[in-house]
Amino acid sequence: MTSDVKPLIQMRNIEKHFGRVIALAGVSVDIFPGECHCLLGDNGAGKSTFIKTMSGVHKPTKGEILFEGKPMHFSDPRDAINAGIATVHQHLAMIPLMSVSRNFFMGNEPQKSFGPLKVFDHKHANEVTMAEMRKMGINLRGPDQAVGTLSGGERQTVAIARAVHFGAKVLILDEPTSALGVRQTANVLATIDKVRKQGVAVVFITHNVRHAMAVGDRFTVLNRGQTLGTATRGKVSPEELQDMMAGGQELASLEGSLGGTV
Amino acid sequence: MSQANEAIEGDERVKQISPLRKALIRPELGGMCGTVIVFVLFIIFAGDSGMFNPQGVMNWSQVSAQFMIIAVGACLLMIAGEFDLSVGSMIGFASMIMAIFATTFGWPMWLAILVTFAITISLGAMNGIIVVRTGLPSFIVTLAFLFILRGFAIFLPYAFEGKSNIGGIKEIAEGDWLASVFGGKIFKGLFQWMGDNDLIATFSRGTKAGQPVIEGVPMLIVWALGLIFLGHFILTRTKFGNWIFAAGGDSEAARNSGVPVDRVKILLFMFTAFCATVLATVQVMEFSSADAGRGLLKEFEAIIAVVIGGALLTGGYGSVLGAALGALIFGVVQQGLFFAGVESSLFRVFLGVILLGAVILNTYIRRIITGER
Repeated sequence: MTSDVKPLIQMRNIEKHFGRVIALAGVSVDIFPGECHCLLGDNGAGKSTFIKTMSGVHKPTKGEILFEGKPMHFSDPRDAINAGIATVHQHLAMIPLMSVSRNFFMGNEPQKSFGPLKVFDHKHANEVTMAEMRKMGINLRGPDQAVGTLSGGERQTVAIARAVHFGAKVLILDEPTSALGVRQTANVLATIDKVRKQGVAVVFITHNVRHAMAVGDRFTVLNRGQTLGTATRGKVSPEELQDMMAGGQELASLEGSLGGTV
Repeated sequence: MSQANEAIEGDERVKQISPLRKALIRPELGGMCGTVIVFVLFIIFAGDSGMFNPQGVMNWSQVSAQFMIIAVGACLLMIAGEFDLSVGSMIGFASMIMAIFATTFGWPMWLAILVTFAITISLGAMNGIIVVRTGLPSFIVTLAFLFILRGFAIFLPYAFEGKSNIGGIKEIAEGDWLASVFGGKIFKGLFQWMGDNDLIATFSRGTKAGQPVIEGVPMLIVWALGLIFLGHFILTRTKFGNWIFAAGGDSEAARNSGVPVDRVKILLFMFTAFCATVLATVQVMEFSSADAGRGLLKEFEAIIAVVIGGALLTGGYGSVLGAALGALIFGVVQQGLFFAGVESSLFRVFLGVILLGAVILNTYIRRIITGER
């Protein structure tokens, strides 16, 4: 990352306490436009709490969040979405019974006026959907094809394309590949690559080092609510990342018996 | 990436679909097949019974129109993922308070109608608010209202008039501008002209000699067609329609995308109450009376019509046109068996068979469209 590019989001010493549980104990991360920032961590490391703080679901107990250089105070996720921070959840993003085009514009329906009547502009919605899907490499039978007929990877791609189309500057992907097959994962990773090239900042949460290494520009590892530092691509090996995620202890002993397959 | 290029060239695993198949595969197909089957059967078995002369057509159209009015409301609500079991009781309750306002209170008919609509739509909103706020299944909440409203429909006429049936509405409604919107007939001139030119039968004797047997199109049918058009338009052509599908398909995903799911559901509960009151008002005008038992079991008939029409019981999928066809099937079968001279208890057998057949076909079609497995 060159130094003249300003970070989109700066998270400084974020702490989040839930009662007596300290979920985050001083985490600092900068997110730059056009980068894919991988957030790695094992279960319970605080990844979810961290991204929920970033997307306005949680308020940090301590610490400062700067969005485009200004301190931000989101009262709910809606504010964050309006500011350009979109989260794509693994589930709960698409409605399988509805068509791709209806899903794509859900909550943002384009309208056309007929005198006092305002109607859903299906023609516009269908054209945009087909164009966006073609850009992402999904070949639809038609815009009225139901999302239920798409594969898991394609659904993630539709959700990502939708978020970008509606002006997301920061795209938070919460474990988008964890339930997908090899081919579908490759599709989603390809989508992340395309989105990054459009200048969108991607925060990619995963606990799979191989997926992270495939597209990541920078890697931040969380462990027990703390950052173990941010590494740039090429300056860290998959083994080192794996090690940091697991805290370096148990895995070392496991690795011998598993023959380095984890 | 190679994946992307491959996908643009076409996926060999996606079968090509012929245009005919594509045109046929729609949510209303079950309803359309049912309608064709029912009509063919009755043309064969009751074709010469008068079922398809003007009076016969008017007879089953009116019965179907009654089902259609409540099916439109039930359909939109079911697509949004909720039920309203209080529709039948709402019909009884609405007609009863309307009659009490007009007779016991002596209000002009238009005022009685407007106040009744205000009360029932508020009750619909209350149904919706309770469902949305408590998160209870609408099945239970509206089941409670089924009993509450029926109870009032029976209690109120006894409390005010000491009887279960309040009559004499026709005299009060005479010449009232709003009453004629529900109780009148339109295109009277056209039917008189058709009668004069021997296109339709006219009375040959008595005080009505020379008048056509069918005076005009009853407002009941106008309301039914109007509501079907309105419901279909809202569902398929507006932003709100998209929200209805989204709310029923997955309310959590809809909320994440910024759809005001609660508002959509409450509005649709109000709309079902509106539809029930339209039917109640038309019946009060037609029979000139209100009866505590009116609308009994109508909620289930509405739900059956909607399901025959291709809607998914759990929400997120369905069609208003399908529901209208379901209502048509209902009306034609009920009246057709009478014309065919078949024992009327067989109505239920016939209906059960059609319901089962249509739902099996609908499930099959829906799986093709939505990729459910």
